[in-house]
Amino acid sequence: MAYKQYILVCGGTACESIKGGELFDALKKAVKANGLANEVQVVRTGCLGFCEKGPVVKILPQDTFYVEVKPEDAEVIVKEHLVEGRVVSRLLYDTKQSKANVAIEGIDFYQKQFRIVLRNCGVIDPDKIDEYIARDGYKALEKVLFEMKPQDVINEVSKSGLRGRGGAGFPTGKKWSFAAAQPAGQKYMVCNADEGDPGAYMDRSTLEGDPHSVLEAMTIAGYAIGASKGFIYIRAEYPLAIERLENALAQAREYGLLGDDILGSGFSFDIEIRLGAGAFVCGEETALLASIEGNRGMPRPRPPFPAVKGLWERPTVINNVETLANIPVILLKGGLWFSKIGTATSKGTKVFALTGKVNNSGLIEVPMGTTLREIIFDIGGGIRDGKAFKAAQTGGPSGGIIPPQFLDTPIDYENLAKIGSIMGSGGLIVMDEDDCIPNIAKFYLDFTVDESCGKCAPCRIGGRKLLNYLGKICDGEGTHEDIENMRAINEAMSRASLCGLGQTASNPVQSSLLYFMDEYLEHIDDRRCRAGKCRNLLRYTIDKTKCVGCTACARICPSNAITGERRQPHTIDNEVCIKCGQCYEICKFHAITRA
Amino acid sequence: MAKLTLNDLRKLRDEKQKEFEKRDSTGAKIVVGMGTCGIAAGAKETFNAIIDELNAKNISHVQVRQTGCMGLCHSEPTVEVIVPDMPAVIYGNVNAEVGKQIVNDHIVNKYLIDNHICDKPAMDIVR
Repeated sequence: MAYKQYILVCGGTACESIKGGELFDALKKAVKANGLANEVQVVRTGCLGFCEKGPVVKILPQDTFYVEVKPEDAEVIVKEHLVEGRVVSRLLYDTKQSKANVAIEGIDFYQKQFRIVLRNCGVIDPDKIDEYIARDGYKALEKVLFEMKPQDVINEVSKSGLRGRGGAGFPTGKKWSFAAAQPAGQKYMVCNADEGDPGAYMDRSTLEGDPHSVLEAMTIAGYAIGASKGFIYIRAEYPLAIERLENALAQAREYGLLGDDILGSGFSFDIEIRLGAGAFVCGEETALLASIEGNRGMPRPRPPFPAVKGLWERPTVINNVETLANIPVILLKGGLWFSKIGTATSKGTKVFALTGKVNNSGLIEVPMGTTLREIIFDIGGGIRDGKAFKAAQTGGPSGGIIPPQFLDTPIDYENLAKIGSIMGSGGLIVMDEDDCIPNIAKFYLDFTVDESCGKCAPCRIGGRKLLNYLGKICDGEGTHEDIENMRAINEAMSRASLCGLGQTASNPVQSSLLYFMDEYLEHIDDRRCRAGKCRNLLRYTIDKTKCVGCTACARICPSNAITGERRQPHTIDNEVCIKCGQCYEICKFHAITRA
Repeated sequence: MAKLTLNDLRKLRDEKQKEFEKRDSTGAKIVVGMGTCGIAAGAKETFNAIIDELNAKNISHVQVRQTGCMGLCHSEPTVEVIVPDMPAVIYGNVNAEVGKQIVNDHIVNKYLIDNHICDKPAMDIVR
């Protein structure tokens, strides 16, 4: 016998710590006292997010969301909501307040997320074209081919205000119109699926969960710009995404949704997959085109832009996976609908791969204009182990490091640029007090130096020099002059590099110098790393008053740097110590200090 | 199948839509998130455990399906359970053991399982 209603009580650590457990018991008791034990089940859940407003309670099947519920409220919820069927309005989550920065007209929802790109991810079986079709799949294509002229399609996309989701944010409609304006003849439509930022996996997940949405969008784009041929450039490291794409291509061809005379409309379009070998620079559009042509993946100067001279010198539009996944929805619901979501200059939603030191890492999609605080604390469930938030990094190695004072800045293309970062493709890495900022900057530089193609001097030499300076600073050998030199190199790299990789490679350094100068100075002047990440700056010492001589540290020390008699205070020889930190971890008496 | 015409596609969509929705009201569905992330966290083992348990209990009215990433990386593997007359629920951290529990508690005994429910991340814009 199934229950009629369910009370879900958040059992996440944050809610537990503010009487979530008591609330759970109180609700159970109230349900029993009101004779509902056979009709209502009280269930404890995993973290539901919204930890700042905990403990949170959700009633199913009505989907009512209550926040800041105290154990005393249990009786009211059961009596009012479950018995009388009246919502307890004072405990409701105030959606207006949360949507202060984000305009979505006429849609009321309590979740922070709004899914356009990920609409089918986690809903349909990606290997079954029928399920995509059942969820309005290929309906946009139908509409485009039989009811719209190519120019109408471009107008609709322009009206939506959609901008490229690969990072730079160029208006998609404009890009299409450039290519459409070129004289007729062979044109190409390319999907950039060469996602390579550390910590980013939005495109992979989209392709794995909903491959047909990208195929449909590419066909629509092909119709709009007059291309008959498409390429998906995807890295070979994404085997499952490739497998599902290949399967989707075969199914679409079988149904006649790709190939000659699609649905009897007279329009023909087909798509080929090209595998990349995983070079980061091949995500840059001109390098990507070179790679598809079979040449070494190196960028070339623009103009001419690919929309004029692209693949084999023919007009080519290159769109990112996420950009494309928006297209079918825009054409079905209309550009106007889409343009009502987001901020004044940035429309629609953005998918982020939320990773790092948050409790609930995940693939999320939020309307443009959502703040970092909402993403990290409401969706992400806050910082792990209750530590302090230090910084967030967007845009991977091309992005900046964002300090806490911008937690409440609505995220869109313009605002991120203003604070020295970029939207990027959507990696969002959260850092806490245990992360060392110069060390993080060094990590990203290490990546870009490794991935630089070496064609232009600013990127090739500048990147290497920056990395060397960062290495010096992290080793405690940096000087104030190094900082000045780094600033000069930043400037040169961002202005003189040939492509986006070099132009943005110094962003992590630039933004961290701007917002975390104190940490750089600590490394240089005090030879101190407050996060304890820079090994050469660490000194481990044993507090003689706390050490009981248990020998645990001496036994675990791999370099025999710790000596001392049993039951007598031990000492660490810092000449021999390799700063591995194992003694610090194992000491039960907190006798070892790290500074 | 032969290539579709416009009318064929429309007919097919109607048919499949009904099928997609009908399934929801008559039979139960267990949907396992099988993106790279889910599989890496053990979704295949979970998938097999659920099927084995259904077979062991001689339950034939339940469909077990795969889908892409549900976005709840912190709780992979994730499984959505849709049973008629019960709210659709997403469970997180579903290892083989919890997979069996889903069959026995949720499908057979019709109650929700403690400590594994995750919130649905967003409303559905298609339906």
